Amino acid sequence: MRLTLERRKWIWAYLFLAVPLIFFLSIRIGPTLFAFWMSLHEWDPIALDRPFIGLENYREVFDDEVFWKAFRNTWIYVVVGVPAGLLFSLVVALGLQRLIRFVGFYRVLYFIPYITSLVAVGWVWRWMYTPNGVFNDVLSRLGLPQSGFLGDPGTAIYAIIATTVWQGLGFQIVIFLAGLESIPGDYLDAASVDGASGWQTFRDIVMPLLNPTIVFLVVTGVISNLQVFTQIRSMSSAGTGGPLDSTISVVLYVYQAAFQSLPSEMGYAAAMMVVLFVVILLITVVQLKFLSRGAYD
Amino acid sequence: MTSESLPHAQPDAVMDQKGTTRQAASTVVQKKDWRRPVARFLLYLILLIGGLGMVFPFVWMVASSLKDASDIYSLSLIPPDPTLGNYREVLNETPFARWFFNSLVVALITTASVAFFDSLVGYVLAKFRFPGRTVIFLLMLSTLMVPTEMLVIPWFVMSINLGWTDSYWGIMFPGVISAFGIFLMRQFFMGVPNDLIDAARIDGFSEFRIFWKIALPLVKPALAALCIFTFLGNWNAYIWPLIVVRSEEMRTLPVGIAFFSSEAGSAFHLIMAAAAMATIPVIIVFVIFQRQIIKGIALTGVKG
Repeated sequence: MRLTLERRKWIWAYLFLAVPLIFFLSIRIGPTLFAFWMSLHEWDPIALDRPFIGLENYREVFDDEVFWKAFRNTWIYVVVGVPAGLLFSLVVALGLQRLIRFVGFYRVLYFIPYITSLVAVGWVWRWMYTPNGVFNDVLSRLGLPQSGFLGDPGTAIYAIIATTVWQGLGFQIVIFLAGLESIPGDYLDAASVDGASGWQTFRDIVMPLLNPTIVFLVVTGVISNLQVFTQIRSMSSAGTGGPLDSTISVVLYVYQAAFQSLPSEMGYAAAMMVVLFVVILLITVVQLKFLSRGAYD
Repeated sequence: MTSESLPHAQPDAVMDQKGTTRQAASTVVQKKDWRRPVARFLLYLILLIGGLGMVFPFVWMVASSLKDASDIYSLSLIPPDPTLGNYREVLNETPFARWFFNSLVVALITTASVAFFDSLVGYVLAKFRFPGRTVIFLLMLSTLMVPTEMLVIPWFVMSINLGWTDSYWGIMFPGVISAFGIFLMRQFFMGVPNDLIDAARIDGFSEFRIFWKIALPLVKPALAALCIFTFLGNWNAYIWPLIVVRSEEMRTLPVGIAFFSSEAGSAFHLIMAAAAMATIPVIIVFVIFQRQIIKGIALTGVKG
């Protein structure tokens, strides 16, 4: 009797999981394997012949200067954008946490950019960055030299990173505020009674207890910055990662190879995507090992 | 959620206690008395300036959108001759309302689907014991490792072969179930007491009814958070709709804005009007529900 009840529960479980399982196999896992397979072919969707070329695409990826340029740029998006976002959001969160009145109003101000479309705000920033735009106007009023911003290969990528940081700040602030709230008040009271300075309390109590929050934000931030695409397409000149490929990212280059070049180089694009995938995987594993270690010391 | 309820948000109270119990420290405390309101005022002021800086691009967007083409480079915050002409022009030149509708359809249906399937799967994985459970969970979780950007190429080939391009289903299919949501819901369903489920079983509830009537109402906050995330993600999604949509009518709002803006080139008065129409409704909805939305997003960070 007990066995049949158990069996019946099994059947229910499989029944409930049937549609999702089909979904994951056909929409996620199948296409992942298919991407690997495509990367071993010369793949033009309109050509009848899609010859198998082994690892030739990968060999080409490693010889492709634009790919390496895109790879280096993607790296800049990560190593500049992620720490900048974390620093700003932590500072703002520490400030917001001390507010007693108008808390909701303040949070709304900082959070609004996060909910708005990156395409739309990308164009707004592009407008502010134009040579005759509001930023250069402010610079000249302050007697500072004007900047080319998006038009200058030396500054364009940082102009895009600034927009990215601005847009993601609200999310990171909210996560930091939640992390700060989970710190028991007793710890801070005890530190205060013991005469710890504000900085000591922050360094020795707040920071270690925030470790899980920081790990979460670093991992999600790195992953999203490795896949940066939308803001570059909205903000770089003609949306192609210019000027002089100074802002092109791996995902944008992949998009161009697969969907904009003629003939389409989907096999080659898939190979680049596989390379990026492996990099993301390695970085995530290393981060989780390295960063979360301190959390339980 | 509100930080005013936190003990460590008010170090003053601790200071005052110390001051009354220890005579020697009283001068220090008094010295700090006049400094404290000043520091607090400065904190409010600095954060206000920062916050206004955060929303400045939107203010600038609206100001520019109300300017005539001839005034656009005047760079004044207040339009010298405000006009709604840019909005009219965008609405006349593009199927803007249709794009808005498309985004709404895609985001709403995807959110409903994710809410249903993710909570069902999360519940089963949290509360049922059956052969293959761990394998299935790991299988689903492993898909989180593969970025969607990697899959757009095979998805595109698939959509061409199956005739899914240029349809709502074509835009939606990659997102109708989310592994992240399953993981999130599973975490929360694990906190639902087993006794409750067993009691319902003894009362003769069907398995689906237990899930729907007993377990699901207990994880409402998590479900709300998942819905907010999914809606926002799909409303703002760009790369996949850009690839799968061919016709102008089927574009979602971000895709439509992107095409319109690159065609408009340097006609920033029109681009700002389009951007304003895309962002302001979202901002209004957000301001109304800001408490719930921010709470929901904080929740995913804590458990996720």
